[in-house]
Amino acid sequence: MKRFLLPVAIFAVLVGFLAVGLTLNPREIPSPLVGRVAPDFSLPQLHESDKVFSPKELAGKVWLLNFWASWCNGCKEEHPVLMRMAQAGNVPIYGMDYKDRRDEALTWLRRHGNPYVLTGVDEAGRIGINYGVYGVPETYVIDKQGVIRYKQIGPLDDEVVAKTIIPLVKELQSK
Amino acid sequence: MTWFLLIVLFVPQVVLGGEAKPLAEDPVAEARLKHLAVELRCLVCQNQTLADSNAPLAEDLRREVREMIAKNMSDQEIIDFLVQRYGDFVLYRPPVKATTTLLWIGPFLLLAGGAVALGLVLKRRRQAVTDMPITDEDHRRVEQLLSQGEKRS
Repeated sequence: MKRFLLPVAIFAVLVGFLAVGLTLNPREIPSPLVGRVAPDFSLPQLHESDKVFSPKELAGKVWLLNFWASWCNGCKEEHPVLMRMAQAGNVPIYGMDYKDRRDEALTWLRRHGNPYVLTGVDEAGRIGINYGVYGVPETYVIDKQGVIRYKQIGPLDDEVVAKTIIPLVKELQSK
Repeated sequence: MTWFLLIVLFVPQVVLGGEAKPLAEDPVAEARLKHLAVELRCLVCQNQTLADSNAPLAEDLRREVREMIAKNMSDQEIIDFLVQRYGDFVLYRPPVKATTTLLWIGPFLLLAGGAVALGLVLKRRRQAVTDMPITDEDHRRVEQLLSQGEKRS
């Protein structure tokens, strides 16, 4: 009986590792940008293309930057959550229309509602690269000093909003 | 006129076609891109390199790398640019760091563990063999069996 003890122990350790591995999401790559200043940009706005959207104008505010696109399925899933957040009005949400066509993006917002204070247009996806975006939707929480405090990869849901985003926003706003 | 047209039709036409253009104007830059892109991981289809992947993001990143090559940035600068944005995950060769120690040392630990286990098993086996003394009685039986065999042949 004793001779089986060691193999069983090794097996148990292996199962432990695999069990933890199963619960991890390989698509969630930790962002090195959390804790760093959000990359600057200056982009035309979606609704008024002659106006510019730049994060510098938002200094002193806690805000969300949400990368989305009209071609993105996850964004459709996420949209009602953003609409509810915009209605609650706890934190301003700014959009970034990522690699999209302007007319399609505008139609999409007309059809599903517009939760964004304003939306920038990242047509070539360059700002996305600077933010380390590798799949939309992605959402960043940016503090008063312009530092990225949190990155959500994939759609936001009510649970993440209630348990993570809103408490973080409140904490950052009170600072 | 008809004859002329027929002659023109049947004379083998010289086909003028350029060779396929390389992706970038500069073949040296393209070679550097290839060399870099096999070291970099595509973040969308995670087990493909940036060179292999057709994902739109991979295309964008190749464009970005091309532009950096055009700006004469070194390989290290280009890799740093991507690591700053996407983390170590973008590298196919993970760097040696505190967080990657297990990754780098783990296989050697397993190898050492295996060697120790093998040594223990061999030692135990040797003991098991030497612990079997051959008595005079055994010798006599062997002699007897051997002599029986001789008679039979």
